Amino acid sequence: MATKILLNNIEVPGLADFQVYRKLGGYTAVEKALKTLTPDDVTEEVKKSGLKGRGGAGFPTGMKWSFIDKKSEKAKYLVCNYDESEPGTFKDRHIGQLNPHQLIEGMIVGSYALGATTAYIYIRGELFYVLRIIEKAIAEAYQNGFLGENILGSGYSLNLYCHPGAGAYICGEETALLESLEGKRGNPRIKPPFPAIVGLYGSPTVVNNVETIATLPWIVNNGGESYAAIGVGNSKGTKLISACGHINKPGIYEIELGLPVEEFIFSDEYCGGIRNGNKLKAVVAGGSSVPILPADLILKTAAGEPRLMSYESLAEGGFQTGTMLGSGGFIVMDHTACIVKNLLTFARFYRHESCGQCSPCREGTSWMEKILMRIEGGQGTMKDIDLLVDIAKHVEGNTICPLGDAAAWPVASAIRHFREEFEEHVKLQKCPF
Amino acid sequence: MPLLKVTIDNIEVEVEAGTTIMNAARKIGGAVVPPAMCYYSKLEGSGGKCRTCLVKVAQGSAKDPRPMPKLVASCRTMVQDGMVVQNITSPEAMDSRQAITEFLLLNHPLDCPVCDQAGECHLQDLSYVHGLQETRTDEERRTFKPIDIGDKIKLNMNRCILCYRCVMVADQITDKRVHGILGRGDHSEISTHILKAVDNDFSGNMIDVCPVGALTDNTFRFKSRVWFTKPFDAHRECTKCSGKVVLWMKSNEVLRVTGRKDKYGEVEEFICNDCRFDYKELKDWTVEGPRTIERHSVISQNHYETVAGISVIAPK
Repeated sequence: MATKILLNNIEVPGLADFQVYRKLGGYTAVEKALKTLTPDDVTEEVKKSGLKGRGGAGFPTGMKWSFIDKKSEKAKYLVCNYDESEPGTFKDRHIGQLNPHQLIEGMIVGSYALGATTAYIYIRGELFYVLRIIEKAIAEAYQNGFLGENILGSGYSLNLYCHPGAGAYICGEETALLESLEGKRGNPRIKPPFPAIVGLYGSPTVVNNVETIATLPWIVNNGGESYAAIGVGNSKGTKLISACGHINKPGIYEIELGLPVEEFIFSDEYCGGIRNGNKLKAVVAGGSSVPILPADLILKTAAGEPRLMSYESLAEGGFQTGTMLGSGGFIVMDHTACIVKNLLTFARFYRHESCGQCSPCREGTSWMEKILMRIEGGQGTMKDIDLLVDIAKHVEGNTICPLGDAAAWPVASAIRHFREEFEEHVKLQKCPF
Repeated sequence: MPLLKVTIDNIEVEVEAGTTIMNAARKIGGAVVPPAMCYYSKLEGSGGKCRTCLVKVAQGSAKDPRPMPKLVASCRTMVQDGMVVQNITSPEAMDSRQAITEFLLLNHPLDCPVCDQAGECHLQDLSYVHGLQETRTDEERRTFKPIDIGDKIKLNMNRCILCYRCVMVADQITDKRVHGILGRGDHSEISTHILKAVDNDFSGNMIDVCPVGALTDNTFRFKSRVWFTKPFDAHRECTKCSGKVVLWMKSNEVLRVTGRKDKYGEVEEFICNDCRFDYKELKDWTVEGPRTIERHSVISQNHYETVAGISVIAPK
């Protein structure tokens, strides 16, 4: 049986209630951290655990924390990035909706490690019902003395606020999130300086994903080494995967990193195979931003090794034959899916969500969408396909924030792996599906 | 403070710590200076948005000689000691500059023949040097109706490249900003919500900082092409600003008043609306003499002393 860290008690009725969560061993991590560990001890455990940021970029959390200038006289902040809006990713919503106290517990432990006395959960505007659940949970935590002044008599104080965004994807980019939290237009900042040096209100700030923070209580309770014992290679621990698309059992699964992709798609414990016994065509493995892979490359690497659900294995072969684990939005397509149409959907999303601050992203995303619209609508030319590749190449890496890359990668990879399908659209002057 | 040594396109220059690559290049001058469509040295926090000034950093610093993985915005990247920068010597940077120029022109109406900015337009200059010979798009362009954003200021949003300079100028030299960016992505626009809402003594500087013809002077619109007017330095006693301006004249008629711009198109001092819009008689001004336009552009053709550093007046 695979270890469950995030979804362990998720089916217990009323888990969002403080008493239920407490009875199941909740808030013991806060007690342990505040009473027996120093902030540096907590950071050390997180470093040992090898936990990587679960928001998509996969940056080691312990290392991110260590960039904070502890000696700075300014206030330090921990901000939870709950602006989950990547197409195909819906894992964080689940945590806040069903198990908000685990997130709050993680926030307390994380803030303690960073020396933050104020922390924020920045939640996506569309998830207003989750905001209400979290706010209720925060109020319960205050009542029971786990938030506020002098928590558990340890002398450590923390105020936690939940702040709704207005529903912009770009506010999931950490510096845009901070701008939005400060009440400004959600434009990404130009880096450097990074948030660890100049973050929220000009103070050192760490921005972590919901899943990352919700994992912290387990790491504090069980130690970083036992977390590091789970997983394979440098991909430690468990990961929530939100599987959707043409599979028999769409949903949110917690896997131990290192699970073979084939097992994840076809075993009954997870996705349960392709619907109607159809043929697997392609998979977008980590949310809409990561490169799409055809069936043969997602099940096996170019070298013929079985592909595993881990940061390294999915990235093997670079972008030529590999992809990324990303945020864990696992989109499966069977042979009835039109890659061009799927790509058009993604392109439309990025065009709509580009902040418009820097020119390659602002103009490039809309140009790519217009061309894809023509190809899908049967008015494309062969030249358009090469033009798309060229635009994607020039958007990638030339923008302020990673949204430009996220818009360019799906286009480049879809044409790389499914060029015939684009050509067929052009030849037939219509969508063959 | 010891000076930092930077090499830009094989030319070495010494600058103070905290200098950007752009300003180090400007210290060298000439062809190694990256073009700037959004950066404006007089405006705090400007730059980084248009991406035309992207350069390659081949060596990060003497201490850490690794190259930077991506092209960097030279207007927002600080130099390090021993940094090696490639601008015009980097095919990668040139390639991306061509692409950025194409992106900027993608939704631009290319109405230079009827645009007041033509001749002194930074986008025009940029596309002469870095633009493609032909357009690769026939998609429909986004369009807006021209509006009067202030009493004497016309906003033609079709031409805007969203450099944010006018927003910053309103933020930094006026009391209250009433215009800004509405919307997001390619459908974002500069607007005020209410027509003619921009009303303060320094609003006219929005026109001076605009790199394209998006913001133009209503008192000058369609009166003359800029290259038919002659610039003269002039000043007057003004209680609101320095009163140091450039008069753009046709015979004895003052057609337009602007701030004094340097060769990067940046004004030396911001001027007030009274000087800019209300004093259009020669008797209002003390003329100092003809102004030399150093910028390599259409306005420096015809009747100016130097074009790109070369004397065009035949020696006597």
